[in-house]
Amino acid sequence: MSPENASLRELSDALAAGKLSSVELTQAFLDRIAAANPRLNAFITVDPEASLAEARRADERRASGTAGPLTGIPVAHKDIWCARGWRTTCGSRMLANFTSPYDAHVVERFAAAGAVLLGKCNMDEFAMGSSNETSWFGPVRNPWNPDFVPGGSSGGSAAAVAARLAPAATGTDTGGSIRQPAALCGISGLKPTYGIVSRYGMVAFASSLDQGGPFAKSAADLALLLNVMAGFDARDSTSLEREPEDYTRCLAEPVAGASAGRPLAGLRLGLPRQYFGEGLSPDVARAVEAALAELRALGATTKAIDLPASDLAVPAYYVIAPAEASSNLSRFDGVRYGHRAAEYGDLIDMYCRTRAEGFGAEVKRRILIGTYVLSHGYYDAYYLKAQRIRRLIADDFARAFGEVDMIAGPTSPTVAFRLGAKTADPVQMYLNDIYTIPANLAGLPGLSIPAGFGEGGLPVGLQLVGNYFDEARMLGVGHQFQRVTDWHERVPPGY
Amino acid sequence: MSPSGERCKITYNTAFKRVFYEGKRPFFETNALSLSLDEVKRIALLARIAVSDGEAAAARDQLNGIFAMIEAMQRVDTAGVEPMAHAQEVTLRMREDEVTEADQHALFQSVAPQVQDGLYLVPKVIE
Repeated sequence: MSPENASLRELSDALAAGKLSSVELTQAFLDRIAAANPRLNAFITVDPEASLAEARRADERRASGTAGPLTGIPVAHKDIWCARGWRTTCGSRMLANFTSPYDAHVVERFAAAGAVLLGKCNMDEFAMGSSNETSWFGPVRNPWNPDFVPGGSSGGSAAAVAARLAPAATGTDTGGSIRQPAALCGISGLKPTYGIVSRYGMVAFASSLDQGGPFAKSAADLALLLNVMAGFDARDSTSLEREPEDYTRCLAEPVAGASAGRPLAGLRLGLPRQYFGEGLSPDVARAVEAALAELRALGATTKAIDLPASDLAVPAYYVIAPAEASSNLSRFDGVRYGHRAAEYGDLIDMYCRTRAEGFGAEVKRRILIGTYVLSHGYYDAYYLKAQRIRRLIADDFARAFGEVDMIAGPTSPTVAFRLGAKTADPVQMYLNDIYTIPANLAGLPGLSIPAGFGEGGLPVGLQLVGNYFDEARMLGVGHQFQRVTDWHERVPPGY
Repeated sequence: MSPSGERCKITYNTAFKRVFYEGKRPFFETNALSLSLDEVKRIALLARIAVSDGEAAAARDQLNGIFAMIEAMQRVDTAGVEPMAHAQEVTLRMREDEVTEADQHALFQSVAPQVQDGLYLVPKVIE
């Protein structure tokens, strides 16, 4: 077993058996990062000394007999999560010099579990993008082909796991920013139900949609990571107070009454007609159909369903998300932290120049959209209208879950596209998230797992959308699929 | 065969058509909103972002394209639909009225561009 291809459970067992120390494991991944990051640009910040110090503490903890399953395992964080003493840039010039004075809840939880912070991953600026090309620190490249994008906004996290530079990583998903890069890089990624992972210490983009979640090779690994990430936090006003769950509980036997040969017997999957229409690329459709056939062979049944309002998810999202972003990003004013323009006149001029210099083109565009739709005379026509459509989208899902247990379809309408192919046309870029945005608007959990390859040998993702709080069962379904397929074990050539 | 940019473009245009064309009538005949250069500059000022004339013109064209897409919302009748502000029905939590934060102003101000005597410095506002 090479550590970079091992599952988290295998790594945990090797650490527990003393076959491997956290220092050795962390050093192995740091070496891989040093070798590959110059061509992938998946990490913005790596601090080997800090990571190895955490690894030494993890080894001491293991020796003292107080280790948990993730103690000593390196985890990379998307650079949207504040980590005390670490530069936290959010992919922006605005925060290029910002060293966080505090830890995000998610960072605290991983530290408390004894995981080692392996580095901070590249991302689209302020998580606004679907290709990781809006980062101030340059684009991330797809490990399967360096001329293609890794997806976004959590492109660095996805590329890092795909290239085996990290055994696991964190991300955030506002309109698809975990699921889409997971699909385009051939790994597994989960956006949990809104409210189960604290947003405290996550740089805010669109607060009613933002949700943190994990990236890993497999669904089984995601379950272990979610056990650490999820949990109530009073410092996030939208954090849900719920009993702690064991998200690994469905990995062995996901559906009641199932047998070993047909572990998914009884599972009803809904296939939305709107996700299999004209916009879907034929190569992606083929891979997804084959994956669905595999799920049927495991005992699941499938039926066509309708989510009619989903067609309006992208327009509604591009009102709601920019509106919330324009408000959230007003905090970047050059006064308390972050970039300040070198030259300015009065206070307003200082704000205007600081923000003109600190934000990139896409972030400015979204702030302008948001400012406009919230401005006097347009609020009802745009913002309220979008919120009413959001309700219709959520109602569609509620109706669907009356007749099916889970929804299945493609994560993204195409495989990865070439760098630069869509940067000139924002609307074309926005349509990448056509199948992922509806779950964010409704607040539902979404999982993307590798489901084969399409044109150019680039990965395809299968998306499962579940009802609220159904993560454990979704991960169980993903795990059963991954027991009979090996797409998630494929490694990009050269890594 | 390697997927080319052109190929992706065709796929997406089809998606665009499916979503935003109603029958044979393209969306842009439905009085889509069109921003003027002055309006873009006014929005930029409200957003406190300095823009040159060239930047404002480029932004106008892109924003008008995005608003044309957003305009598709208007063809759905949403009368009587309750606006949904949030994914969960959440109410604000109450807590005991007690001190929960220690004074960390020195730590927090250590990352500020300009401070003096515990105060953030900005250009003079009142003469």
